[in-house]
Amino acid sequence: MNDERTLKIREIAKELLSKGEIAVFIGYGKGTCNGKARPIFVRTPEEADELIFDSTCSNNLVTYLKFPAVRDEGVVGIVVKGCDAKALVGLIRESQLMREQVRIVAVTCEGVVADDGQLQLRCQYCDVANPTFYDFLVGSPVEDQKPRDFSGLLEKYETMSVEERWEFWQSQFEKCIRCYACRQACPLCYCTRCIVEKNQPQWIETSSHLRGNFAWNIIRAFHLAGRCAGCGACEDACPVDIPLMLLNYKLEKEIWDYFHYRVDLDPESVPPFTTFKTDDRGEFIL
Amino acid sequence: MSEADQGFEPHIVAFICNWCTYAGADLAGTSRMQYQPNVRVIRIPCTGRMDPLFVLKAFERGADGVLISGCHPGDCHYGEGNYHARRKFAIFRKLLEFVGIDLARIQFSWISAAEGGKWVSVIEDFTNRVRALGPYRAYQEISL
Ligand code: SF4
Ligand code: SF4
Ligand code: FES
Repeated sequence: MNDERTLKIREIAKELLSKGEIAVFIGYGKGTCNGKARPIFVRTPEEADELIFDSTCSNNLVTYLKFPAVRDEGVVGIVVKGCDAKALVGLIRESQLMREQVRIVAVTCEGVVADDGQLQLRCQYCDVANPTFYDFLVGSPVEDQKPRDFSGLLEKYETMSVEERWEFWQSQFEKCIRCYACRQACPLCYCTRCIVEKNQPQWIETSSHLRGNFAWNIIRAFHLAGRCAGCGACEDACPVDIPLMLLNYKLEKEIWDYFHYRVDLDPESVPPFTTFKTDDRGEFIL
Repeated sequence: MSEADQGFEPHIVAFICNWCTYAGADLAGTSRMQYQPNVRVIRIPCTGRMDPLFVLKAFERGADGVLISGCHPGDCHYGEGNYHARRKFAIFRKLLEFVGIDLARIQFSWISAAEGGKWVSVIEDFTNRVRALGPYRAYQEISL
């Protein structure tokens, strides 16, 4: 709790709020569950003393920026880890947010933990432990940038037979209760009207049944292809523990293999499905 | 294929672009070329119009195989629709494979307005392949 980052974040938030540079500061505060930090909205310099930063600050606060009600408050100060920063940059890249609308407090990060105290899966592949997109950087530089190599994780599934993979994923998707928590938690699922809510015609069936569950989970993942920040919020939010990150990582891996693109901290980088090359691979086409 | 599936005739759904493959299929017809009647054609303006959901919907509604076909690279009526489609499907098929869809049931092709013969051979080969695979039971079971 006495993380040096905590004090620094409080100091920055206080200053921004007292100078009136921001209307609200979104950070982490002490939680009431398993000692885990929770998101808090701070609107006065006094309240800034409630801010903390520690290894339980797992939530991606950038998700709040997708809601107009939050942006309408005025300029928003926000704490981001590297993975969260990728999502924030994604919102800017996709013209959902203007750079001037946010004051970014980035923290260097050695990893955050899940509810069980274990290092989050995503932290094992983190290539943004030292964020490069911010107004303020908090924390000392962290040493290792890890390779984004998911082959070890994915291999188990990739080497299964088609039938085994089908069985495995059906057993996962079968659990889906269609709560859409994965979508709500995702900073980049910002459409005001999601494809799953369209009913004339209805493309994805909405009852909790294998057919619609399959289509929903496939399309949710695919709509994030080449955009997913890998922040893990979707999987963390899923009440029935569907391993959504496996799908996200698979897509990231394939997009790297095919197009040599990876989501980064550059708002000018060009997402793979907004462009093409005339000599793109098409080995599957007759 | 099980004994019960003897005599099985596959349902092939073909999403084909208006400007090239549709015209190619038309040419095959007006040239009186013969091919198996298992294919149900759905005309789309361009392969760039293909939403991945079309493929899932076709399987949900009982397709045993799905074909997507359009203009050759460089020939798209809208300039670049097929380039975008190629990107999208390169990745989408990898995702489908990962969740256990048999990629032998999905085919992508470029067939121009002059390639009536190619249309016939693509349909023949794909129909034979899917017939040999049998009905797409796995998907039909989740679609009950
Ligand atoms: S899909 Fe999941 S991991 Fe990717 S940005 Fe959205 S919440 Fe984060
Ligand atoms: S959070 Fe999990 S249960 Fe809820 S809709 Fe998403 S995948 Fe289904
Ligand atoms: S018009 Fe035929 S693929 Fe675009």
